Amino acid sequence: MIARTIIAVVVAGAILIVTFFGWARHPAIDPIAQPDPHGLDTALVRHGAQLAALGNCNTCHTAPGGKSFAGGVSVATPFGTIYSTNITPDPETGIGNWSEAAFRRSMREGLDRAGRYLYPAFPYDHFTLLTDEDDHALYAYLMSREPVRAAAPRNELRFPFNLRIALAGWKLLFLRKGPFEPVASGSEAWNRGVYLVEGLAHCGACHTPRNRLGAENKNDRFGGGEAEGWTAYALNQTSPAPVPWDVDALYAYLRNGWQRVHGVARGPMAPVIDNLGVASDADVRAIAIYIASMSGPPTPERRRKAGELLARTGVQGPGSNPVSGDSTTTAQAAKGDGSGADMGGMIYQSACAVCHESGRPLPFGGMDLALSTAMQGPNPINAINVVLAGLPAAEGERSPIMPGFTGALSEAQLTDLIVYLRARFSDKGPWTDVAKHVRDAMTGNRRFATYATRGNASAPADSSQREKPW
Amino acid sequence: MVKLTVNGREHDVSADPDTPLLYVLRDELALNGAKFGCGLGQCGACTVMVDGKAVFSCVTPILLLEGKQVTTVEGLGTLDNPGPMQRAFMEEQAAQCGYCIPGMMMRAQALLQNNPLVSDADIRAALQPNLCRCGTHMRVLRAVKRAARLMQTAGASSTGMGGGR
Repeated sequence: MIARTIIAVVVAGAILIVTFFGWARHPAIDPIAQPDPHGLDTALVRHGAQLAALGNCNTCHTAPGGKSFAGGVSVATPFGTIYSTNITPDPETGIGNWSEAAFRRSMREGLDRAGRYLYPAFPYDHFTLLTDEDDHALYAYLMSREPVRAAAPRNELRFPFNLRIALAGWKLLFLRKGPFEPVASGSEAWNRGVYLVEGLAHCGACHTPRNRLGAENKNDRFGGGEAEGWTAYALNQTSPAPVPWDVDALYAYLRNGWQRVHGVARGPMAPVIDNLGVASDADVRAIAIYIASMSGPPTPERRRKAGELLARTGVQGPGSNPVSGDSTTTAQAAKGDGSGADMGGMIYQSACAVCHESGRPLPFGGMDLALSTAMQGPNPINAINVVLAGLPAAEGERSPIMPGFTGALSEAQLTDLIVYLRARFSDKGPWTDVAKHVRDAMTGNRRFATYATRGNASAPADSSQREKPW
Repeated sequence: MVKLTVNGREHDVSADPDTPLLYVLRDELALNGAKFGCGLGQCGACTVMVDGKAVFSCVTPILLLEGKQVTTVEGLGTLDNPGPMQRAFMEEQAAQCGYCIPGMMMRAQALLQNNPLVSDADIRAALQPNLCRCGTHMRVLRAVKRAARLMQTAGASSTGMGGGR
């Protein structure tokens, strides 16, 4: 009897395993000869370039100082390190022998040409929403790029995450296939915004928290996540911005890289803005419309507090300059007996206030920190990153800039400063573990990416080309 | 009263604790190597080393510096016995007007002290915060590479007078 049960279980198990592998296996799509770039329709390629910029493809697929789209960028995940692949049309190390059908399958189902599962660091859970036309244009654009021979380094993932077949289960749990279906009750611009934000622009990849299997938490959409050692703030009604965002503010920020009462885009948001430079005004506004609709109108309480803040900081409306009306630290007020509690204030007064209370308007003046979302965020990570690394200058054009204070500040001094800033500029109560966050950043335990900021509307002629002039 | 250690020597400084280091170096300690360029930490002419790292002295208040080692270009060597960084800049004739050069040397010194086996790309990336209006960048790059070679052959001592720490 027992023997018979064991046999039954083993047979059932074997059938399950065989069924699973049969179901989880996908066929290769036949390789093709590398498409002739001269045969491509230039208008289509140009449209594809715009889409690639909206999709931020270059940020992950171009290594610092490397060739455009040749991959090799390391992406740290809780499961190990993944390296981005070469998506130039090189037939051996890139996607030069991929047919358009193979490309579309990768975007929709997360499978490469050979039928292997792709890790969702490549956000096909978003790209699956793309229309045939947009995939067609993206394919044409990528096939028009310079082929680069560069094999991606091997991923360094822990068991069992190094087994690609495990992604069959991940997809079953978390991939909702497209394409995008417009919502009848929404306006055309709003639907366009949904299509871009949820699809190509994959905003949720950073701005939505992830669960333990690395998938976006559908119950906390746009509730705030993380990216490259930075905190990506919540975009929904839990947004920590002192002044609530609206369509016009979001549009100005996404179009220009800064907004006068919200500050300058930096960290991994800086290259996003850079890329949006080639998007149309209508698309940028559509994104703003949809994002503003996530939070809806602010509560009367939030609106009142923002109004008071704007009155205090001297930002009255279009055309007015912030004058740091409230945030004025006198040397007298900040000077104490030099003990730890006073040290933060003294550092702020002597090193920070010089610019941040200068009254010079953004994007080139230092912002009044009472308006800064970083002071209100869930943790001190972004504030620490900015104090240490500053805002690096864009090459060859004017841009907002802040000197970094790495080297000048000890761990204790930076901790004192951050504790002071939170107490001074937020009523949300102190952050926890400030000293640990400071140590992690200063010792390299938490690495964070730094990108040049852009504070004007000008964009490079082709923002996808990230190679240095030298 | 703030105690500052500059080029290995201790000083009791009478300036207010919120005074930028650059002003104290030039006005109180008569160390005029570091230059005032923009006063905003954006041009690099004021660069010095603090505990071996390059910092903008124009935006660094002295209250941050107690117990730390400040090194200026004067700490890299003397007229009679220039350090490898200074020798390299002279041998490559890297200065034109010279205003940016002390800052360039200090940032390069911090880079090479940390690791003398640097690539061209490392040097370019490290020197990015330092501006030169004359356009001597190519000579500066050559000088830093020469300094790297000098330091590798000179062994442990990276400065002419063994200071700098």
